[in-house]
Amino acid sequence: MRAIAAVVSVAFGLAAGMAAAAEGEVRAAVLRVDVPAQPPISRLDARPDDLGFAGAALATEDNATTGGFLNQTFTTGTVAIPPEGAEAALDALLAQGIRFIAVLADDATTLRLADRAGDAALILNAGAEADALRNDDCRANVIHVAPSRAMKTDALAQFLMWKRWPRWFLIEGSHPEDTALADAYRRAASKFGAKIVEQRVFEDTGGARRTDSGHVQVQAQMPVFTQRAAEHDVVVTADEHGVFAAYLPFQTWDPRPVTGSAGLTPVSWHASMEAWGATQFQNRFEALAGRPMRPEDYQTWVALRLLGEAASRAPALDFPALRDWLLGPNFEIGAFKGQKLTIRDWDHQLRQPILLASPALVHSVSPQSEYLHQVSQLDTLGTDRPESTCQFQ
Amino acid sequence: MLRRSLTAACALLLLGPGPALANRVFVTNEKGNDVTVLDSETLEVIGTYPVGARPRGITISPDGSELYVCVSDEDTVKVYDPESMEELHRLPSGPDPELFVLHPSGNPLYIANEDDNLVTVVDTETHQLLAEIPVGVEPEGMGVSPDGKVVVNTSETTNMAHFIDTDTHQIVANVLVDQRPRFAEFTADGTKLYVSAEIGGTVSVIDPATKEITDTIRFEIPGVLPEAIQPVGVRATKDGSTVFVALGPANRVAVVDGVTDEVVDYLLVGQRVWQMGFTPDESLLFTTNGNSNDVSVIDVARREVVKSIQVGEQPWGVVVAPDKQ
Repeated sequence: MRAIAAVVSVAFGLAAGMAAAAEGEVRAAVLRVDVPAQPPISRLDARPDDLGFAGAALATEDNATTGGFLNQTFTTGTVAIPPEGAEAALDALLAQGIRFIAVLADDATTLRLADRAGDAALILNAGAEADALRNDDCRANVIHVAPSRAMKTDALAQFLMWKRWPRWFLIEGSHPEDTALADAYRRAASKFGAKIVEQRVFEDTGGARRTDSGHVQVQAQMPVFTQRAAEHDVVVTADEHGVFAAYLPFQTWDPRPVTGSAGLTPVSWHASMEAWGATQFQNRFEALAGRPMRPEDYQTWVALRLLGEAASRAPALDFPALRDWLLGPNFEIGAFKGQKLTIRDWDHQLRQPILLASPALVHSVSPQSEYLHQVSQLDTLGTDRPESTCQFQ
Repeated sequence: MLRRSLTAACALLLLGPGPALANRVFVTNEKGNDVTVLDSETLEVIGTYPVGARPRGITISPDGSELYVCVSDEDTVKVYDPESMEELHRLPSGPDPELFVLHPSGNPLYIANEDDNLVTVVDTETHQLLAEIPVGVEPEGMGVSPDGKVVVNTSETTNMAHFIDTDTHQIVANVLVDQRPRFAEFTADGTKLYVSAEIGGTVSVIDPATKEITDTIRFEIPGVLPEAIQPVGVRATKDGSTVFVALGPANRVAVVDGVTDEVVDYLLVGQRVWQMGFTPDESLLFTTNGNSNDVSVIDVARREVVKSIQVGEQPWGVVVAPDKQ
């Protein structure tokens, strides 16, 4: 079979009959800012070294295959750096003339990098979910590929309301990000008519995440922590640092499903997803990376595919031409979610369906079809135009 | 206006061809792992036959002697006797075959391999692999020009229609279309190529001579969300006067005027309609409705759905046997 493939000469670069796509090179980079963190509660959730980079590599391959027919080439550099080196790493990329930079970083670092890059680059935010970055702290040089917290919490809220589970027991962690996520759940509850009947904070007191036979204490602690809560239909958890939520399923005092940061979780992507042609996408990723795809990989894949898609259709490949095409009215992209994804002009957030998944399976996809919208059903998730406080300078 | 054209269509039907011949209709059931066989005259199920894991694309040789089924999860194309439904042999298909198209002569078979960005060419007589042609990311749709000189493959992530010369197995042109192109259909006179874009929600009309997009068909259905309008299968009548477009989760088949490329009607069918197949006399069109596990039967002249037939789990592809010679 290989011999035959060799005999058939490759037709790449033979762009006869091709519409006027620009030719040349598109350079990009993924900048991942790694905050030192404890190992996760479950070893299954350990961060792979190539987290995010593998998604970018697949996107670059996909872009290169398409680019082969258009005389376009794509290169993507990758940088993993601790927070104190983030600015220097960004400067180095800019000095190399790289102007499309996918950033996987926390909320504050993403904002700092966006401000530092200014007009010199377009930041493709593939990691930070803060709603502030889409509102008061929005920046014109950022496209948010990662969904916001509000999009994810709205996605879960729609499903819980569809299930007629409107009484929520909200448990949040003690980190600022946990509070931000819990705020997003409080906002989602009022938006979709749920009632938060009980709220508790689970303090992060430090200590090791994993200890031999630690489950013995967990089995005693979690029921007590959730005891005597007001009558509720479902537990909603806000635990961005993975401190407690994973312990809660099957351990709550009352027999109620756990959702949010454990149990049924709202995510941009899941390794079990097979709808809308995703099987082939998962196969390609697993062949390349040797592991299942994580949401971070999906987000960097989409970030770099945005560039490839713009390169196919924009009048030129230079920075302003590609940026303007991406932010223009005609931009759309398919990304294995059953409908085209587009960019909101009021805050540069990529509209996208959100998957609701347990560890092994996707159970539903929001928006739920009953939640209608005058413009796009996807705008039932997150900050809609009338609510947005974003003002680009 | 509509009523007048319906009346005219009914009159045509009365004057039209005599009793239709009974043809076998073959439907792959993607989840059921089997093929349901229907009778085109009685519109009853003749039988259901297991074929292997995840059958999708299905076609039949011009003489009706061999039925080809893409058995995707077994990475093979199985060939059946359409009468007995006994497996005759298998063809080397390359990994994950999804859709294919036969050369008008019946040989060779051009297969889209979604996982490997390849179109595989297989000799249906010698069962040998003739070529592997690198194409864009996630090849799916396959169309062949009526003279057999050009095969068109659509790649779902690259968003192109690749024109392949069947003599040299070289790509001679690439036409960028809208998001996620699923299907390519030439008109019988070879003057038009229709390419559906599932996520883009459009059908591009391409002039195969100039490789230019001459028109883009868009769809709008009152009460149906635009995102649900996802064109997949396309079938044109031999005279080129009418084109049918399956619109996926919109649960409609669009009827398009083949001269003006304007949508003239939407027919309500089953849920998530994907592929379609005509009877040889083009009196009936069968549609596979994946989410309602049935096949809708469209009376082509009357532009009316006349029956739904329950088939297996998640019907995907459909082909109707040619008239017996």
